[in-house]
Parts: sequence; C-alpha cells; structure tokens
Amino acid sequence: MDKDDYVIEMLHIRKEFPGIVANDDITLQLKRGEIHALLGENGAGKSTLMSVLFGLYTPEKGIIKKNGKEVRIKNPNDATALGIGMVHQHFMLVDIFTVLDNIILGAEPNKFGFLTKEAARKRVIQLSEKYNLKVDPDAKIEDITVGMQQRVEILKMLYRDNEVLIFDEPTAVLTPQEIDELMKIMKELAAEGKSILFITHKLNEIKEVADRCSILRKGKYIGTVDVENTTKEELSSLMVGHSVSLKVDKKEAQPADTVLQIKDLCVKSKLHNKDCVHNVSFDVKAGEIVCIAGIDGNGQTELIGGLTGLENISGGQILLDGEDITRKSIRYKNTHGISHVPEDRHKHGLVLDYSLEDNMVLQRYYEPKFSRFGLLKRDTIRSYSDRLTKQFDVRSGEGARTVVRSMSGGNQQKAIIAREMDRDHKLLIAVQPTRGLDVGAIEYIHKAIVNERDQGSAILLVSLELDEVMNLSDRILVMYEGEIVGEVDPKKTTLQELGLYMSGAKKDTGKEA
Amino acid sequence: MILLIQYTLIFAAVLILVALGGMFSERSGIINLGLEGIMVFGAMAGAMVMVLLPSHASKATIIILTLVAAAVAGMLSSLFIAVACINFKADQTLIGTALNMLATASATVIVKAFNTSRSDGTDFSAKLDYVTGHKAFLIHIGELEVSWFIIVAALLLICSTVFFYKTKFALRLRACGEHPQAADSVGINVYAMRYAGVLLSGFLGGLGGIIYIAAANSTWHFDYGVAGAGFLALAVMIFGQWKPERIAWSAVLFAVFRSLSNVNGGIDFLANLHIPGTIYNMFPYIVSLIVLALTSKNSRAPKAEGIPYDKGAR
Repeated sequence: MDKDDYVIEMLHIRKEFPGIVANDDITLQLKRGEIHALLGENGAGKSTLMSVLFGLYTPEKGIIKKNGKEVRIKNPNDATALGIGMVHQHFMLVDIFTVLDNIILGAEPNKFGFLTKEAARKRVIQLSEKYNLKVDPDAKIEDITVGMQQRVEILKMLYRDNEVLIFDEPTAVLTPQEIDELMKIMKELAAEGKSILFITHKLNEIKEVADRCSILRKGKYIGTVDVENTTKEELSSLMVGHSVSLKVDKKEAQPADTVLQIKDLCVKSKLHNKDCVHNVSFDVKAGEIVCIAGIDGNGQTELIGGLTGLENISGGQILLDGEDITRKSIRYKNTHGISHVPEDRHKHGLVLDYSLEDNMVLQRYYEPKFSRFGLLKRDTIRSYSDRLTKQFDVRSGEGARTVVRSMSGGNQQKAIIAREMDRDHKLLIAVQPTRGLDVGAIEYIHKAIVNERDQGSAILLVSLELDEVMNLSDRILVMYEGEIVGEVDPKKTTLQELGLYMSGAKKDTGKEA
Repeated sequence: MILLIQYTLIFAAVLILVALGGMFSERSGIINLGLEGIMVFGAMAGAMVMVLLPSHASKATIIILTLVAAAVAGMLSSLFIAVACINFKADQTLIGTALNMLATASATVIVKAFNTSRSDGTDFSAKLDYVTGHKAFLIHIGELEVSWFIIVAALLLICSTVFFYKTKFALRLRACGEHPQAADSVGINVYAMRYAGVLLSGFLGGLGGIIYIAAANSTWHFDYGVAGAGFLALAVMIFGQWKPERIAWSAVLFAVFRSLSNVNGGIDFLANLHIPGTIYNMFPYIVSLIVLALTSKNSRAPKAEGIPYDKGAR
C-alpha cells in the first residue's frame, strides 16, 4: 500500500456556530483500508467535523478531498454519491419498518415507482453472510436488539457500496459481547479495503482496533498518532490536555450501619408474565459502594425501578434505616433519604425543555425554601442553581436559564449528580452514572461518588462497564436472569470470574446474600 | 333494506376517502384536523360547478368537472395547512381547527354572495340546488341506485392501498411520519414529502366533501358545513390504525350506523321499536366515542406526527 494513499482528506476545516468555533483549522487524513480513530472529549468538535464530512454542515473554510481530488459535499446525498456512509450515534432507523425496508429506504430498487424488493433481499442476505452480520430481513426494527439494529445500520452502508464508513460512538449502547463482535466486524471491513473513521472516547477500543488516531481538543487539532506506539495514558492526556488517572483513588471502605435492606424483592416483567426480578435480597451499609454488575437486561433496570418506585413491586420488602418503605410513594422515598441518578437521564433524570434551574429543583420546588403560597421563589431557585452549578462545575451556555436539551451529555449528567447529591440523603442510587461520557467527566463523577461514600452515604451502583465495576465498588453483586447469583470482593476477584457469573456459568447457591 | 345499502355505500365512500386523506397526511407527519374544512371547500366548489354548468352539458362533462373542482378546491385549502405547519412550523391542532372554522364561515358567505348576485337580490340563502348535477351521477343496477361517486371512491381505495404498500414514494412518505431524521439522513426531502401528504389529504378530502353533499341530496345548506363528517372520518382513520384496508372496513361499520339514522323509518323491525329518530342521529357519534375509548389504548399513531421537522435540530 502506498504510504500516502489517502481516500479522504479534510484540510484546514473551520466551522463556526454563533458564539463558538466548533472546528478550528482541523486536518484529518484517512488512509485507504485503515481504521482511524477520532478521539476527543464531549464538545471537542468530533461530531461537527463528521457532520461536515457527511454534508450536514457547510464549513466556513477548508477543503475536502476524495482520492486526491477536491469535492464539495452539500448534503447527505452528495456524501452517499461519494461513497461516504455513517452510523449515527442515535440510530436512524424507522421502528415499524422491516430491516429490509430500512436498508433500502432512500435507495429503493423500483420499476416505474413500484418497489422491487426481491433483488434487494438477495443482496442484503448475501452481504450479511459475507460480513457475518446476522439479521432477519423481515423482522421489524422495534422487535430486534440494539446490537442487531446496529448491524442493520452497517448493512445500510454496505448496501450503498460505501467505501468510507463513519462510526459515531458506536459502542455507547452495546453490551460487552456486542462490542467485541462489532470490533471484529470493523476489522473485517477494513481488511476488505473499506476505510473506517471511528469516533469514540473509549481508549480500550482504540487500542483494540484502530491503526491511527487523531485527537481533537476544544475544537482544535492536537495531532495524529500511531496507536501501536502510544499508551492509553498518553492518549488520554493528549485528549484532556493534562494527565488523568484512570484508576480511581480511594481509601479502604468503612462500612457502618445498614442503611438499605432488601428482602425477597420481586418485580413483574412488562414483557411476559414472569418475574424479571426474582427473590432478590441484599443490603447496603453506610460508607460502602455496592455495585450490581451484570449484562444488560438481566433485571437491573427493574430492580432499581422497584426500589425507587418507578415500577410496581409484586413481592418482598424494602427497608430504609429499618423503616418499611415498600409501599411508599416516590415523593416519600425522595424526601426520606433516597437520591437517584437514573439510568436514562433524558427520560427520568431531566425535563429536557426546562431550564437548568428548574431542573435543579424538580423534586423540591414545593418546599418552603423554594415557594410560597404556591408561587415559586425565582430568586432563591436561581441562586441555588448557581451555587450547585458552580460547585459541581456544570457548564452551560446561558447559566441557570439554559434549556437543558442544549447542554452536552456530560454536563446534563453533572447537573443530575449535583441535584441528587445536594439533597439530604442516606442512600444514593446511581445507575450507569458515566454512560456515554468522556474520560474527564467520568473521572469527575467517580471522584464525586467516592467522596459521597467517605461522607457516610450508602451507595448502590449499577453498571455495565466492567472497568467501572472493578475500580469503584467495595462489594460486587452479580445479577443474572433476575437473581443475584454471586457476591464477590473486587480486590480478590478477576474479570474472568466476574464474566463467569455474569454469563450464568457460575452460581453461588444456598448463600444468604 | 335496499335503501340501507344505498346509504351505507354513500357514507362509506365519503368516510373512506376522507379517512384515507387523513391517513396520508398523518403518515407523512402532519396531523390534519382540518379535514372537515377541506370537505366543505371541496363540496362548495363541486356544487358551484354543477350549478353553473349549462343544462345541456353531457353527463361525462358534469361528472369530470365536478370532481376536478372538488379535488382542486380541497388541495388549495389543504395548502393552508401545509404552509402554516411545514414552512412556519405552526401548531398543527390549532391550524386544523382554524381551517374548520374558516371553511364553514367562508362557505356561507361565498354561497350567499353567489346566490344574491345570481338572483338580483331576491335569493340570499346559503343554499345551492343542483338537481341536474345530482342526476348526472346516478346509475341504476337492477333495483339498486348507485352513483358514479361510489365507483370513483372504490377505485381510489384500491389505488391508495396499492400505492401505500407497494411504491417507493409511499415508503418514503411513511418514513417521514415515523422518523424524519432517518429519512433526511438517507437523502429524502422531508418537507416535500410532508407537502405531498397534506396535498393528498386535500385531494381526497375535497372529493369526500362533494360526495357527502351530492350523492344523496340535490340541494345543500352550506351554513351547516358538513356536519362533523370530517371528524367522523378522523375517528375512522384512528380505528383503522392508519392502514388503508382497515380504514375501509371501519368506514363500512361507521357507515351502517350513520345510514340507520336516515332510513330507520323505512325498516319495519326498527320502526316498530319506536325509538325517536334523534337517537339514530346520535348513533355514529356515540359509536365513535365508545370505539375510540376502547381501542385507542392499542392504537399506534405515526411516531413523529404533530412535531414540526427542523433540519437543524438534533
């Protein structure tokens, strides 16, 4: 391969939005057949750069070259015509359409406007066999797993004969198994001669698949490195501009009194007539971090739902400081010592179209501190919100009045953490608190959680990230098919052992949890 | 009994066309509450053409021109919705309601002015008579009296169903009502598709309007609008789950109840029950209330309907 055989070159790209320069003189050169990672924190300009390449934005300055020739990309159609395809972070799939319909949408084979799907179906099956992308062409999107939906997105690009494939944070929504599979597929695609741009902030994944890596920071181009000769620590300090500790610094836990006690908790499944949380019992003490590990969909969400009141409990008991709160309302639980950082920050954590300050008092607006005679005390709310955002370093465009939807994911999450930690609580429930966040924000949130623990809170953490589970927790409970199948000490266990529990291959039976 | 079938066919034809119109609009992502208003405009234009055509015009001329006038008027009035909801991103519920209010009011004013000027100031009612036009549409099959309107409606139902499931255009239209960002990302012009959906609803709604007033009557008072037929069609569309074949069946069901109110005196069994006619008049509306209350839990509207599409927002 020619050393400088570039399939795509983006030279000196500059893109401004009102108030900020999202891309400032960025150069990105993609070699044919390579996997090129694009690394940067949230808000570093990765997505903007890719949107420029995909024709969603027009840059103010700079040129794009395809195979050495300058091209103009004004819209996604131009990008497709040039063989550029993209798997968006939020999948661009129509739920009620079949897999096949989604793949052909926009490039439909037709005769006089009438669809001719047979040839397309053969082609899709052929492609899915060739690249080992298992899908059922006639299944509806709403019925298949997230991993399979992603394979549909990849097939969409292959169906259009795209040779430059952009993956925008493809692993954020996948389980560890699905991530492994995706990495394998990406390598195969590259071996076939496709060129891949891989946007991420997960260093492990870059080390595993990428050949080269370009780093962006605050809209500026920092450099391009060969992944093989660069350590994870070097990559992360290039990304955030100072060195970060990937290990969580924490002292030995000092467990005190039991705060949360769960006895034989059962939660009914919404999908079928079975318990998806089955006779779960455990307790959490003040000053310790208990982590529930497991593969996504093994009842963790429902367990937390039952605990916080978001879902109905079909049996069992929940005690908080000895008080039975099983049948209490969500507000009662909120005001009597449970703080909750929910799994889905958009659905359960924030009202996206409310301002930051209103989100900060979501559970407390009625307290005398924030309202009088049913009228909100706007000044108090404003100053309260300002104090929290300052203390927790939540960044937003217009301060307390910012509409939360316009904030970055990391800052939205920080806002929730700030709100939940500031409320009086004995127990903090954090479900995937760092999902989809960059290294800087993860480090911050981990520190905040450990700090909470040292202040004497009981902490129940649910995480799918094994690194997080191992680094942060003092005690690990593994959930499999709605049951707790094992309790391990993170200092004594290995990832392999944890994996055995998570896949159901190993169980501690007859053990009192 | 034959009368019942006749009326059922007419009402079914109206409801099918208008509900299909609503379906195309909503499938593209625009809630069309203005169907009632579109029907009024279509009806008025069609009726005026029938009144104005010379009495010696051939049947074919009357039929074609009346239908074309109704369809064009329907599409023009639906443009009001398209421009407001797609270009100006206005609230779709409000715009639909506005069109409904506008339609009945302006039809009354226009028809009154029309009558006043034609009669040199002796007739200023909001009523149009179109006996010749009405007759032109009639055909007899044995004892059954059917109308060209019903044949047109049946053809359009078949075309719509094939179009909806089998064409590239409709696949794209449906994608815009479910996930416009996805459609945009594969190069589909969401705005154009939504315009198409709304205009289709205008086309079908306008035709539905003229059928409603002209298939069974030879005269119409425009100050009544179309008496809620557009809303009944919306109920049919929801009960039909935004799918053409189910819309057809639910339209027939509603039509049976609707025609009972017209013919209950003519059926011995029903006449012997001595239920006041007003009860029958209430029937279709009560049935739609009950049906919707029971089925709406499982109904699945197009996901992105009612949300203006903004290319920039993500």
